[in-house]
Amino acid sequence: MCGIVGLFLKDRSLEPRLGALLTEMLVTMTDRGPDSAGIAIFGSDADDEGKLTVQSADPARDFAGLAEALGEAVGAAVTLEQKDSHAVLRMPLGALGAARAALGELRPGVRVMSAGDIIEIYKEVGLPKDVAARFEVSKMSGRHGIGHTRMATESAVTTMGAHPFSTGPDQCLVHNGSLSNHNGLRRELKREGMRFETENDTEVAAAYLSHKLDQGLSLGAALEAGLEDLDGFYTFVVGTKDGFGVVRDPIACKPAVMAETDQYVAFGSEYRALVNLPGIETARVWEPEPATVYFWNH
Amino acid sequence: MQTFDLSKSSLRELNATLHAQKASTNQTAWEIANPRGHHAIAVGLDAPIEVTVKGSTGYYCAGMNKQATVVVKGSAGPGVAENMMSGTVIVEGDASQYAGATGNGGLLVIKGNASSRCGISMKGIDIVVYGNIGHMSAFMAQSGNLVVLGDAGDALGDSLYEARLFVRGSVKSLGADCIEKEMRPEHLEILRELIERSGAPARPEEFKRYGSARRLYNFHIDNASAY
Repeated sequence: MCGIVGLFLKDRSLEPRLGALLTEMLVTMTDRGPDSAGIAIFGSDADDEGKLTVQSADPARDFAGLAEALGEAVGAAVTLEQKDSHAVLRMPLGALGAARAALGELRPGVRVMSAGDIIEIYKEVGLPKDVAARFEVSKMSGRHGIGHTRMATESAVTTMGAHPFSTGPDQCLVHNGSLSNHNGLRRELKREGMRFETENDTEVAAAYLSHKLDQGLSLGAALEAGLEDLDGFYTFVVGTKDGFGVVRDPIACKPAVMAETDQYVAFGSEYRALVNLPGIETARVWEPEPATVYFWNH
Repeated sequence: MQTFDLSKSSLRELNATLHAQKASTNQTAWEIANPRGHHAIAVGLDAPIEVTVKGSTGYYCAGMNKQATVVVKGSAGPGVAENMMSGTVIVEGDASQYAGATGNGGLLVIKGNASSRCGISMKGIDIVVYGNIGHMSAFMAQSGNLVVLGDAGDALGDSLYEARLFVRGSVKSLGADCIEKEMRPEHLEILRELIERSGAPARPEEFKRYGSARRLYNFHIDNASAY
């Protein structure tokens, strides 16, 4: 099954409440995915700063002294803010690539959840309410965000198998469904130089879109191409630095409801996920059409 | 009027209370507050009662309905009035996937749009949609009538049996073995009666009729040696 929630704010006065609104939406979707949960928050752009969000199974060991060691390796100031099993490493944007490479040497047990200007991804095994509480998601502000509750089918219940998947800077994807051609596509993408962390089908879809974006396609065009190349069941919600996109496969049996007001665009696997949003009573509520790409930019 | 607030009592209590109503009940009018997209609201009713749901519902609202009238003052999630046997279900807003699926009888009225697979495998139910319907609607539909005031999506009536499909707007494509058929006086009479019962703003002459070409499911003596 799996549950998806997404919120794209048009009204900047709602930004301090993004995490709280998304948390409520996410917890409502627990029945659809009690295995694990994850959330991607796109905050505001702090000029020249870049962020790596990382995760460790042994944070006490891995995060101790990490900021200093990384700072030394990349020759720039690095700060570390720990949130439970995750940490956000902040540094000059230009140092992100070098830091990521150095991280593999310095702390082989640390996994990169996301990298970019503004994106932060937190995901773990467990009930959505517990996962959201561990990372204090409800206190986070931001411009748009995506959440996922997982009921695993295509790969094991692990932190790395949880969504969102991020395979490019400030990019992420969540998925309800299952892909049938992911093994072949993964092989092709590996030949093109894409790297994979898991055997998960959704990671392939994320990497596919990242690869298309690398080639210079717009997100809308990349999603259109995906309708041709990705086989299986899917409702995808995709986040980038500037926006938020939705696409469903042509059969469209994975549910999706959207709501739009002057203040926001919201996505839920079910209407239940949207009922606490401000002004939902008068929002335009509709079901996204099959094989149709929807996209909103700030 | 009996009122039931789903923010104060559980769904199970609601359905148990509604199930306890007998044919002779005096409590014929029920109102359900705060549905908030809950699943399985007013499912399995079997009494001549009228239930008004004040808001939008989740999966399977009014499924397996017998005798009762259920009115949703909002939109309905997937599988509204699934396998309805008799009675009436009215959705004031839109309906999600497979509205009225496998329905045996009764009348389902959707005043907004219905999405994909509306009336899939219908077996005698009458469905009237004021707006459009999505792809694969009336797939393998066996009997009953589907009346659509708007447009139909791809593959309407694929592998159709004997259900009658009436569409006023355009049909994006017809499914296998579904064809446009002549509108005869008896069909106009069926439409007139359904338009009247559903209150739909339409006239019988505005519709086209679609049905089975009967090439897929009929036994052909010429093929006997193949069995």
